[in-house]
Amino acid sequence: MTAFAARPGSSRPLAGTGTLLRFALRRDRLMVPVWIAVDALMVLSMPGALEGLYGSPAERADLIRQMETNSSLRAMVGPVFGDSIGALTAWRTGVYAGALAAVMSLLVVVRHTRDEEESGRQELVASGMVGRRASLTAALLAAAVANAVLALLVTAGLAGQGVTGALALGLGIAGTGMVFATMAAIVAQLTESARLARGLTAAVLGAAFVLRAAGDSATDDGSSPLTWLSPLGWLENLRPYADERWWVLTPLAGAVAVQSAVAYALAGHRDIGMSFLPTRPGPATGRLRGAGALAWRLQRGGVLGWSAGFLLAGAVYGGMAEGAADLVGANEGARRIVERMGGRSGLTDAFLASMAGMLGLVAALYIVASVLRLHGEETSGRAEPVLAGAVGRLRWAAGHLVIAFGGSALIMLLAGLGLAAGYGEQTGPVLAACLVQLPAVWVIGGVAVLLHGVLPRAAVAAWAVAGAVLLIGWVGPALDVPQAVLDLSPFGHLPKLPGGEMEWGPVLVLSGLAVALVAGGLAGLRRRDLST
Amino acid sequence: MTKAITVSGLHKSFGRTHALDGLALEVATGEVHGFLGPNGAGKSTAIRVLLGLLRADSGAARVLGRDPWSDAVEVHRRIAYVPGDVTLWRNLSGGEVIDLYGRLRGGLDARRRAELIERFELDPTKKGRTYSKGNRQKVALVAAFASDVDLLILDEPTSGLDPLMEEVFQRCVIEERDRGRTILLSSHILSEVEELCDRVSIIRKGRTVESGSLADLRHLTRTSVVAELAGPPDGLSGLPGVHDLDVRGHRVRLQVDTDRLDAVLRSLSESGVRSLTSTPPTLEELFLRHYQDDTADTAESAEAAAR
Repeated sequence: MTAFAARPGSSRPLAGTGTLLRFALRRDRLMVPVWIAVDALMVLSMPGALEGLYGSPAERADLIRQMETNSSLRAMVGPVFGDSIGALTAWRTGVYAGALAAVMSLLVVVRHTRDEEESGRQELVASGMVGRRASLTAALLAAAVANAVLALLVTAGLAGQGVTGALALGLGIAGTGMVFATMAAIVAQLTESARLARGLTAAVLGAAFVLRAAGDSATDDGSSPLTWLSPLGWLENLRPYADERWWVLTPLAGAVAVQSAVAYALAGHRDIGMSFLPTRPGPATGRLRGAGALAWRLQRGGVLGWSAGFLLAGAVYGGMAEGAADLVGANEGARRIVERMGGRSGLTDAFLASMAGMLGLVAALYIVASVLRLHGEETSGRAEPVLAGAVGRLRWAAGHLVIAFGGSALIMLLAGLGLAAGYGEQTGPVLAACLVQLPAVWVIGGVAVLLHGVLPRAAVAAWAVAGAVLLIGWVGPALDVPQAVLDLSPFGHLPKLPGGEMEWGPVLVLSGLAVALVAGGLAGLRRRDLST
Repeated sequence: MTKAITVSGLHKSFGRTHALDGLALEVATGEVHGFLGPNGAGKSTAIRVLLGLLRADSGAARVLGRDPWSDAVEVHRRIAYVPGDVTLWRNLSGGEVIDLYGRLRGGLDARRRAELIERFELDPTKKGRTYSKGNRQKVALVAAFASDVDLLILDEPTSGLDPLMEEVFQRCVIEERDRGRTILLSSHILSEVEELCDRVSIIRKGRTVESGSLADLRHLTRTSVVAELAGPPDGLSGLPGVHDLDVRGHRVRLQVDTDRLDAVLRSLSESGVRSLTSTPPTLEELFLRHYQDDTADTAESAEAAAR
């Protein structure tokens, strides 16, 4: 009693933050270290790769001259500010490492705020000795811890190239992470659904990437106002290893402070579980005809979002094709990489082929997300009453799988149309280049179906498979990884179109493999217990 | 009479846990059958086997004359199921879900659907996440009662319902029975069971420990007797079926198996009865006895070990 009497009117808004933070870190003990490790590895493996590609100062000077004149490639990776290995590492990885940190941060924050409220778990937690702001604070602190560890790893790992630049890059990456952590904290107040909160924050990240790309293609020193509108542009303008501009940390810190303040203010003006974008009432009667219609209803939002994104990405990359080839042509090492990534002859063709390959890799993420909706429906208990109806398991699964496999074909077709429209010629070959990715995408989808059908408890491992394939596809060619490792990815076996020969052999083999994986998964699904 | 559900020797284990250990169950067509047992007894596992969601390790199960695993879809056409914890899709309205469930079964009676929504006072335009627990149950209950099916499987269907809605639910169950439908009702609410069920099966640790009408089961339990006698009681402890005998001077308290009551009364009246109170077993006692056998067994064995 005396404790209460001693602090009249004090609601202790942060009570319990420490406990919640420890709890959050414990829940994240697997996911966050993996993110941090992948992000740090991407940065720390770059100096070695660059030594091989641009070993001599002359080669590096050549690269910088080219970047000054090539707006398309600047749009992809940003301008170069210095010719040291450290500066080139910051140039090549900074924006992408920052974006990865941003994705990690937004996942962490949404997971510990809106996800908890949506599931109803927050209610029980909040009924304990927990202050009103404790959950949000603990979520932001969990993100801060993750970003701090990442900054530390980057700084320590790159210290060999110079400590000052390493620190600048580390702080820039972590700062970008925190900008999106606090952004997610705001969005989590706005929406009632964690899925939507993640999607909206990721869309803001995508917009930041596009703004920076547009700004960098317009200017060669990162000074465009468009670049400055994007947190990823700030990261680039910090200029690690090239006369660090420390004052650029101010907008990063300022954005974190302002966004935190907004998030706290919004959180203070709403009730637990509620949101600023309220749920509208729906129809009193339904027209969903069955399991297939239900699957489409649940996934149509995702399909539309991915379709728009792929069409847009295709158009943007298509527009860059002409210029990108100019630059790459000048550097023997970079040309080897682009050729290994996808092309055989003709650098524009090679560029288009590697872009189609990249989009194919991203489409693998779509198909895993889509297939794993089966897993989500099952573990949430929503599949149970559906399967207690006159719906066979195969029909239930087929509804989602048609969307997963057909949807991946749709988004790759749209990416191809976008690429062709942006490039302005060669519609047929460009479309073929995108569609030829599908057998590999389907193999990844097939792995997800197999895992869900046979090892439902390990179904989320499909994400690890997609992540590994992505890593092999993106980083592998630059790192001189042995061919045996590159061959592990189904994407490595696809014919390099346009420019290369169409080879039906691998396409048919991969398609057959995908069919076998799906059949195996469905056979397993039919035989096993429903997980509850 | 034909059987809607027949189950015998059903086994199902998850790793080392034996959820079902030789379960037997018979539900006659047209009856309301109570399915009772303490938490973790295996009721929900049994129901999931009957729905073909889990595959039994061994044993026989027929639902509506078919195999619930291999003929799942055909069987499900004639079944409506209500789980104890209904999860809805966050972006679908309750009305949409009711119609979806109806279409996934034999179909939905639109008039009955409207009437049920009215009686359960459900707002069908709200989206999944905005329903309270009780309202989520109502969504599943309306869908089940409005469906054109032969068998309703209800797994603790009234959790979260208020007493008024509980009454609506009971009336709906009686209406369904009057239409000749069969209902398997798993419940912990004893008044609900007493009110609705023609017969009950009690399971414990995955095994059926008792099955029959409530009257049958009552007969198997003990009546408690308190008596004030004229003289000291004699020979009571020797009588079969007497438990917990407690004699203090002329005052006697005891429990007796109901079918042995006669002999006890005769023995008491020999000593001269001044007053007598006899209490028939309540439903609660009936269940507690079955539910608690566990603890009683372990207590007894502990005692035996102590001696």
